[in-house]
Amino acid sequence: MGSILKDVELKENIPTTVIFSKHIEFLTDYGQQKESYEAVMTDYLRMSGMYWCLTALELINTSPFPKNDIVEFIKSCQDTESGGISASNDHDPHLLYTLSAVQILCLYDSLDAIDLEGVTRYVASLQNPDGSFAGDKWGEIDTRFSFCAVATLSLIKKLDVINIDKAVEFVKSCMNFDGGFGSRPQSESHAGLIYCCVAFLSITGKLDIVNQDNLAWWLCERQLPSGGLNGRPEKLPDVCYSWWVLSSLAMLGRLHWIDRNALKKYILACQDIETGGFADRPGDMPDPYHTLFGLAALSLLGLESIEKVNAAFCMPQSVIDKLQIHIQMLQ
Amino acid sequence: MSSASSDEELGTEYTFYRDKPDWKDIEPLSQDEDDPVVAIDYSPEFTDVFNYFRAIVSKGEKSERALILTKDAVKLNPANYTVWQYRREVLKELNKDLYEELCFIEAIIFKQPKNYQVWQHRRILVEWVNDPKYEKNVTKIAIEKDAKNYHAWQHRQWVIKRFNLYEDELNFVEKLIELDVRNNSAWNHRYFIINNSTGFTEDILRKEIDFTLENIRKATENESSWNYLRGLVLHNNQGLSGNKTITEFCESLYSSGNKSSFLLSLIVDICGEQASKGVVDADVKIERGRALCEELATKIDPIRKNYWRYIAENLENGIKTSGDSSKVL
Ligand SMILES: [Zn+2]
Repeated sequence: MGSILKDVELKENIPTTVIFSKHIEFLTDYGQQKESYEAVMTDYLRMSGMYWCLTALELINTSPFPKNDIVEFIKSCQDTESGGISASNDHDPHLLYTLSAVQILCLYDSLDAIDLEGVTRYVASLQNPDGSFAGDKWGEIDTRFSFCAVATLSLIKKLDVINIDKAVEFVKSCMNFDGGFGSRPQSESHAGLIYCCVAFLSITGKLDIVNQDNLAWWLCERQLPSGGLNGRPEKLPDVCYSWWVLSSLAMLGRLHWIDRNALKKYILACQDIETGGFADRPGDMPDPYHTLFGLAALSLLGLESIEKVNAAFCMPQSVIDKLQIHIQMLQ
Repeated sequence: MSSASSDEELGTEYTFYRDKPDWKDIEPLSQDEDDPVVAIDYSPEFTDVFNYFRAIVSKGEKSERALILTKDAVKLNPANYTVWQYRREVLKELNKDLYEELCFIEAIIFKQPKNYQVWQHRRILVEWVNDPKYEKNVTKIAIEKDAKNYHAWQHRQWVIKRFNLYEDELNFVEKLIELDVRNNSAWNHRYFIINNSTGFTEDILRKEIDFTLENIRKATENESSWNYLRGLVLHNNQGLSGNKTITEFCESLYSSGNKSSFLLSLIVDICGEQASKGVVDADVKIERGRALCEELATKIDPIRKNYWRYIAENLENGIKTSGDSSKVL
């Protein structure tokens, strides 16, 4: 048949356990690296960078940073006028960083530190008449932002300020013929955006609108012989896509449709045994983003030494429980 | 983070803003860092440019020199959304020639084709000039470089929908599919074009089914073309099992010894559909479907064995796992 499958080959001497102490080192040092190119690049997405590092550390039961400093930093990133939160000082507010900030504050039980009315006002202001959400005042539309909006509002218990029916209608209009979802109506299905849409529906309790088995089949077709999952047909496997696919399958009640052991082996192989951290693929440079999603995926796969993670919020389940938030999970 | 630039230099003869006479009146604003989680060291050029950028923003200065400064800043970090926003404000304020800006952003896009901000900037400019004439070409080049670039496809679809540019799109897609039949983005675009222009009329549906089957034959393991076929069937009220072209194609491919999991899966669904329609030999259909599922689970596609076993179990209940059009359409 001569099919050329895009995949990677796992070598013999790959790590087969989680090297916790190395990851703690990696995540703790990351923000302090000097003259590292990656560090320079994280300025514009610092709030998300902090969310990745701090959540990953929480999942392995560590929190080495003084909470007060972090909370103060977040406070300083809130725009008093719009109420939105920016990636860093001197940046403009954006829905992506507003969610990251709220997630970090939930981890630290410090939601009261910011102006929650402002956050509510900001998120509500970004909803369009068709139900979609813009990421910021410049109006970029994407189902990612629908997710960010309901995740943020759900965490601060203000979901009722937006038009949920319209928001659901828009997400539904992004459902494709293959059961998947894209960024906008009829945009190509993409695992990252499927996660956003499935998590959106899980948070709003509207998961019944999906084509459960069709979508779950598309998702489990993402698993490649290496065990890793890709984000679209004919793409290489990647740890972050592994999380997005896996968490979506978990919410759809179909996690068992993939080969768990094969995926576990792949994710473990993406650890950097020298520096700590996870990369997208074995042998690549590790970063906090793939480290969080690697650990979170291992948690969903049932690794007991990692804290239980919530599939929709990508936060420790204990934090979500404490907030008494319930998400819909299909059977 | 994969979009990090490797092309950050501003040229060899970079003059620091702090040494430029025409910037003497500006007091640079440095960033105070005392938090261990967020402390970062920048290159001298980076620090220089961004200290002056912060100063300009805090003054609200929208001038020619501010425009040049933002150009340096986006070159250092094209993902910095704040710089792009400020640049747009300056462009508006100075009433600049936006076609010049379209050229500038085009160059940046080709260096940073996977960056959200550059495409967003372009979209806003196209809205402002209300002229889409360059967009098909720009996205074509980006797609030629990376056939699955989500941003490029998204931009192209936006511009097509916004300015009603469906004409000739099918030819564009056809060439891409010819080049790489596994290009899922191209198949998706094909659906997008037809769905939003002519719609799937009976005539078009027939042509599309022929086109797809022909392409399936070229690469029978290609998920994209099989998915597209399933998408087409959603528009066909005879369902899967009622379409002779498809059922005969599948049977003939199967009897040639082909064991593509997508082929077998479609035959399973055909069996299930026939059984649920109450044909006389429903038991035989179900038995066949189950046997195929078992072969998939044990031999052909064991990584998804739980999926195939689930399908087998549900065959009898008449649960259709595909072709359920009620939710998508
Ligand atoms: Zn990744």
